[in-house]
Amino acid sequence: MEEFLKQYLDPKFAITFAYLIKIFCIVIPVMISVAYLTYFERRVIGFMQSRIGPNRVGFFGLLQPIADALKLLFKEIILPAKSNNFLFFLAPLLSIAPALAAWAVIPFGFEMVLADINAGLLYVLAMTSIAVYGVIIAGWASNSKYAFLGSLRSAAQIVSYEIAMGFTLVGVLMCANSLNLGEIVMAQQGGISQWYCWPLFPLFIIYFISAVAETNRAPFDVAEGESEIVAGFHVEYSGMAFALFFLAEYANMILVSILAVIMFLGGWMSPFSFIPDGIFWLLVKVAFVLFFFIWFRATFPRYRYDQIMRLGWKVFIPLTLIWIIFIGAMMQTDYAEYFH
Amino acid sequence: MMQFSDYIFYFFSSILILASLKVITANNPVYSALSLVLAFFSAAGIWLLLHAEFLAIALVLVYVGAVMVLFLFVVMMLDINLESLKRGFWSYFPFAILIAGVFIVEIYLVVSDKFFLESQIETFGTSKSNTHSIGNILYTDYLLPFQISAVILLVAIISAIALTMSGHKSHKAIDPKDQIKVKRNDRIRIVKMKSEKR
Repeated sequence: MEEFLKQYLDPKFAITFAYLIKIFCIVIPVMISVAYLTYFERRVIGFMQSRIGPNRVGFFGLLQPIADALKLLFKEIILPAKSNNFLFFLAPLLSIAPALAAWAVIPFGFEMVLADINAGLLYVLAMTSIAVYGVIIAGWASNSKYAFLGSLRSAAQIVSYEIAMGFTLVGVLMCANSLNLGEIVMAQQGGISQWYCWPLFPLFIIYFISAVAETNRAPFDVAEGESEIVAGFHVEYSGMAFALFFLAEYANMILVSILAVIMFLGGWMSPFSFIPDGIFWLLVKVAFVLFFFIWFRATFPRYRYDQIMRLGWKVFIPLTLIWIIFIGAMMQTDYAEYFH
Repeated sequence: MMQFSDYIFYFFSSILILASLKVITANNPVYSALSLVLAFFSAAGIWLLLHAEFLAIALVLVYVGAVMVLFLFVVMMLDINLESLKRGFWSYFPFAILIAGVFIVEIYLVVSDKFFLESQIETFGTSKSNTHSIGNILYTDYLLPFQISAVILLVAIISAIALTMSGHKSHKAIDPKDQIKVKRNDRIRIVKMKSEKR
């Protein structure tokens, strides 16, 4: 693409322009998937609860997300009295920015990646860890008890589960010998039996549960907790500011699902070596993982707060440490090939 | 002639200096903590310019992602009276000048040293992964200091927990072992009643 643009533009501008186009090619599909993930979620949960879900706007209700987006755009943004104006508006930006920035290193196919950096896995972990600032600042700047309680809960929860999540990634990088996400996928070449979800099965489960907790989704949605603290950190937000939190939550959901697919389910690799690989497989696997998020929400009751902390600190962190030592030990034995 | 990376350097360093000043001058402690986050971020940006991507990302991951979150957590819950904190400012001022002078001399000695010439800073090329080389040197040449620092950190964690747990034993922790033994009859009693006539 850069070569093509260089025919028409100054070479310096051509590179910048090519990057801009690539960024749009990532951000716009992400935004559309976010919109249709909300539709999918409402329909699926509707069917699980013997309801119909949105089916009025457009064919099968397919235009519902667009109608919702338009509604939120035209709604008034209300500032709570004695809130901190600057931080109140900064918070939604701080939650959406890392949710989108992390997409820079995600490989969608062989060398189909915006920034092919060596420390890709670390970068993603850093970006997802700073997403918590949006929640904390929103809760504090709103000058509301409910919002503040929600933000404190969320801060403690995200910090605890990040540790378990980080340890599961250590397992992956031990197997793949690389922090580059593209190389991690390439290391899982050769069909479904080579995927890391088998040798790292406990870590895969722990990663997935931590990812649900990290994105504040049910059954770990104590930060929102509709029945306890109304809507938690975003109770005072309306209109587009609220929509940004919503976008960030769903973009993060898709991000952690795509990471689960890249690290444990072979990324864009096809499950059988005689079927060609491609971005199609990545999308199918991500949709499969996302379905679990929605399934969880429709199935499980909300965790109690102390149970969340116990699960994170006393169950997941010791389990991941044991499995990391186990992998390290197995790599020194004759069975090492199963762990690469 | 300034290169483009020089502009980025000056951009990040000016933000870093302004944010650091804001940390000590802000009236609201929450603003101070957030400015410190911004300062860490700009420092990470400067490190990225040196191709030290592992250090930069680790700074964001550890300090911004975990340490400062807990800092903010505490600062937001405390009701800090700034007037009482600022009261002794002028009486401490001469001592502060003394410490600042020592710091300036130390920084001058380090920066003007022969180890810190710009030509002698090793920048790793993009071909060799920075993370890889740090890992290599940490687990071979510096294995013992690395392990010792890990043990010191572990001791610090345990002592912090021991300090908060000692003394009062009235914490309301629930034992999951007892919890799962609970039977339905311990919690509810179903009363059968005949419907009464009106």
